[in-house]
Amino acid sequence: MSTTTESRLLAATLPSRFSFVRSRDFPLVPVAILGVIVFVAVFADLLAPHDPQVGSLAARFRPPFWQTGGGASYLLGTDQLGRDVLSRLIFGARVSLVVGFTAVIFAGVVGTTLGIVSGYLGGWVDQVIMRVVDAWLALPALSFAIFLAAIVGPSEMNIVIILGLVFWTRYARIVRGEVLSLKERDFVRLAVVAGCSKWTIMRRHILPNVVNSAIVLASLMLGVVIIAEASLSFLGVGVPPPKPAWGVMLSDGKQGLMVGYWWLTVFPGCCIMLMVLSANLLGDWLRVKLDPQLRQL
Amino acid sequence: MKQFIIRRLGYSVLSLLLLSLTIFFFVRVTGDPATLLVEPGASEADIAAIHHQFGLDRPLVVQYALFMVNLLRGDLGQSFYYQMPVSELYLSRLPNSLLLATVAMSFSLLVGLPVGVLTAVRTGGFWDSAGKLFTLLGLSLPSFFVGLLMILFFSVFLGWLPSSGSGTVWHLFMPAFALGWYFAAAHMRLMRSAMLDVLGSEYVKLARLKGLPQIMIIGKHALKNALTPVITLAGINLVQMINVAVIVETVFAWPGVGRLLYEGVSFRDFPVVQGVVILGGSMIVIVNLIVDIFYAVLDPRIRLEA
Repeated sequence: MSTTTESRLLAATLPSRFSFVRSRDFPLVPVAILGVIVFVAVFADLLAPHDPQVGSLAARFRPPFWQTGGGASYLLGTDQLGRDVLSRLIFGARVSLVVGFTAVIFAGVVGTTLGIVSGYLGGWVDQVIMRVVDAWLALPALSFAIFLAAIVGPSEMNIVIILGLVFWTRYARIVRGEVLSLKERDFVRLAVVAGCSKWTIMRRHILPNVVNSAIVLASLMLGVVIIAEASLSFLGVGVPPPKPAWGVMLSDGKQGLMVGYWWLTVFPGCCIMLMVLSANLLGDWLRVKLDPQLRQL
Repeated sequence: MKQFIIRRLGYSVLSLLLLSLTIFFFVRVTGDPATLLVEPGASEADIAAIHHQFGLDRPLVVQYALFMVNLLRGDLGQSFYYQMPVSELYLSRLPNSLLLATVAMSFSLLVGLPVGVLTAVRTGGFWDSAGKLFTLLGLSLPSFFVGLLMILFFSVFLGWLPSSGSGTVWHLFMPAFALGWYFAAAHMRLMRSAMLDVLGSEYVKLARLKGLPQIMIIGKHALKNALTPVITLAGINLVQMINVAVIVETVFAWPGVGRLLYEGVSFRDFPVVQGVVILGGSMIVIVNLIVDIFYAVLDPRIRLEA
């Protein structure tokens, strides 16, 4: 009960819901970068100057516009099939975002659910789930993802499922830890006394209290997942080739690297870096803001 | 102590069992494993023969038992591409991986430890900010991008270092840096927090009260104790590196275990892919076990807790 008074007091002292945007440590630049990436991904069809999957062989390996040989029609140059790099980057943002977010959410839902069940029910359920978590954490994440991708074959949907399967364990671990301490708190005990079923307690009383941690973890996982997706695509077991994914672009660009076609590598690499960097900075800020217990992470 | 070791050993065996079950399960559940076990383009009759040969027409429990018996005998199957046992192939690549991982680890410790200590001693100063930036970049820059940028700069523009292959010391520089980069950031972060913990402890305060010079307190009293968790993590990370190296080894065509995994995937050489994952996972489980026991020997509190 003390928590409700506390939160009411806290709400009263906050001038407005969105005042945090003006606070000194708000990561404005990372959020702006993520915003731009989301905007570009949503309006990719309108923004991209060319078709990302069709190129003209007459215009292969054009450099960016400021180098000799480059022109205004292909601002960031073209690749080995004469496809426009800028358009591919724009559509690649869509692939990265869709795969990244769905995989993080998928992993989060599975991990949080199992973490809550494991922590609240305890006993043999807890033992089983935690042993599975331990075994899966022992698996080398990247090799395991490659192994799974090699079995099921490359597609965006499969990548989401694979990354979800590989990364849910981290949520389960942290959420379970939180649930173990929540379980002993007065409001949960009162709910038990009031006759709530286990299911209701988990859903109504435990879940809202671990959502913060799950969100913080999700924002930190976003970068990890995007790098994992790019790695899989880079190795040829991720997003299948004609689709413009940043990892695929890097792997294509690798062949032209020795001849000096630097733009095929540097641009997609910078996009991945900017996105992951922004996600990590936002995650760090959220961690400090939302969840004092996770500060040590 | 004996009890602790037995229980910990039990967990490890359980982990290995679950690991084998997971791999077995995914191969069977996602389709007909026979299509993975025959070479691409095999006929119907070949597939039927494989079904019979590997006992795929028998109940799942029997299949799992067979799978485990083969595993325990060290038989991971035959590589299609190299026409030799997977375990032999793996062992022939392991020294290269170990070499790369050792150099990368030395690099990550050489950078991570001093910077970690510096940022802990001077919190809020220039070094602290520099360290923060460094960890952020280390965790955000994917290793393949670092690798490609280095090839572009050192091999293409400057022509100083070979872009791929192995054989000389020069071949080691770039892959070791690209691989060690992420781990340097991780080690730095742990070194910093371990050092901060120790610096706040009673015996360091006492050392200060005694009037010991700062360099003695940090070098002799604090560092020694703060190093334990970092060295433990480094031990675990050495094995992780061998497994994570798949990307870096692909970029630099370094003939290690990771490159083997990549070849297995690109040649559709399924026994190799499965073998590398099983051996990699087992190695991690075993090293974790060793580290835990070692830790319990060093620190009695751990075995009492567990």
